Amino acid sequence: MTPYDIQGLKGRRIKDKIFTAMVWGLTFSCLAVVFIILFYIFEKGIGSLNWAIFSQNPKPVGENGGGMLNAIVGSLMVVSIAAILAIPVGVSVGIYLAENRGRKLSDRIALAVDVLQGIPSIVIGIVIYVWIVKPTGKFSSYSGSIALAIMMLPPIIKNTEETLILIPTTLKEASLALGASYFRTTVKVMLPAGIGGIFSGCIIGIARIAGEVAPLLFTAFGNPALNFNILKPVDTIPKVIFTYASSPYDDWHRIAWGGSVILVSFIILLNTIIKIFESRWKVQF
Amino acid sequence: MEGTILRTENLRVSFGDNLVVKGINMEIAEKKVTAFMGPSGCGKTTILRAINRLHELTPEAKVEGKIFLHTENINEMEAMTVRRRVGMVFQRPNPFPTMSIFENVISGFTLNGIKLKTDEKNHIVEDALKKVALWDEVKDHLKKRATSLSGGQQQRLCLARAVAMKPEVILLDEPTSALDPLSTAKIEDLLYELKGNYTLIIVTHNMQQAARISDMTAFFYLGELLEYDDTKKVFTNPKNEKTQNYITGRFG
Repeated sequence: MTPYDIQGLKGRRIKDKIFTAMVWGLTFSCLAVVFIILFYIFEKGIGSLNWAIFSQNPKPVGENGGGMLNAIVGSLMVVSIAAILAIPVGVSVGIYLAENRGRKLSDRIALAVDVLQGIPSIVIGIVIYVWIVKPTGKFSSYSGSIALAIMMLPPIIKNTEETLILIPTTLKEASLALGASYFRTTVKVMLPAGIGGIFSGCIIGIARIAGEVAPLLFTAFGNPALNFNILKPVDTIPKVIFTYASSPYDDWHRIAWGGSVILVSFIILLNTIIKIFESRWKVQF
Repeated sequence: MEGTILRTENLRVSFGDNLVVKGINMEIAEKKVTAFMGPSGCGKTTILRAINRLHELTPEAKVEGKIFLHTENINEMEAMTVRRRVGMVFQRPNPFPTMSIFENVISGFTLNGIKLKTDEKNHIVEDALKKVALWDEVKDHLKKRATSLSGGQQQRLCLARAVAMKPEVILLDEPTSALDPLSTAKIEDLLYELKGNYTLIIVTHNMQQAARISDMTAFFYLGELLEYDDTKKVFTNPKNEKTQNYITGRFG
């Protein structure tokens, strides 16, 4: 036998096969769980999707029918205001972290962002309750938006930072060497080059908060009537699902399933948007 | 020296504890091409970046001594003003990937917030692209992304971007080292043509390039200026033994 003969080749081949099978098997079971959940939600909920669910407010207990127009409007309101609040802050922090890597302050900020990501959403809800709802004396849509905005920050910050780090420094130098200011270099050269990643960070943030109930329990609270005023409490889809699913009424269960389908479809839509724009806005350096 | 545009006085650049440029005193002639030569790590690029104040981006870099543009000390000027008056072309082509060819040429103006009328823009773009001999190749698709061009074309575009600002000095940091021989020849031709109208400083490892296009040649070694004279003299009759060895290919 020469020293170049591979020893135990058969054993290695078997190990290789086992490993491959394991990877395939685990991936498949993970996917299967996702599909089973999706299938179950759609099977239960698709039947309760009708025009009424989108166009009517809830009916009092005992009356059948009604919908969740108030909650759909409320969710859109709370989530979009949260996004308006969180995106400028999150992108700015992301820029700061990308520009000042290795400095003490940015290490601290990065740590704070990681901690923020781990704070349970209910705790954020309580903090906003103490800070805003209690002093103002009433539940409000905007206080819910602030709670959700805080939850949105980590994914936006991380995506912005990671995207900007990948942009070659030569690009920044090219702009500065033309005499451009730091501000214009950032806004006209760096951000457009990273727009795909920053945008998907924002969408991931929205997807993360769209289904949250906990931070809204003490802030946006809930409201059976249609409301467009951000100073007043509103219902949101996840809140309605939570209330209706834990009620004893069959008709409410039906609407809760319908709400689940709406919410899940919204998340699927957001993820599709990310995929489309990430490839379309991909910048080649 | 008569017609001096740039002058350094005991220029020292260090990165942390590492002194890379060790007290350079030199004068750069106006409207001439000056080549910076020397083995890797001798501080050529570092000096070039000091002239454009790009070391400010590196926290550990420290620039001491003085650099005068005409009579003004550039370290006391606004960095943005210095960079507007001293253009730079980098080692690798770095057009702005999100901008079209047209927008790239005009980017020096847009990034500085200078508003121009449409016909002024068209004129500047055409003029700059003609100067770098790129106009005929791209005039029909100015709206295309700059990154769709070949590497050589991209580098000429970067040169056009610098030229469009009408800088007093253009710094070129090994502008052909990432290009194929054909594109290199084109860029060299261009630099030869730009000579006389612009002051060019070119860092190069390519000795034929230095000999062919430059009027003056500076030879650096380990952060010191060993020889600085007319290109012809440096290549035919170098005073310093190290220069001679480098030019004849004995080290470097």
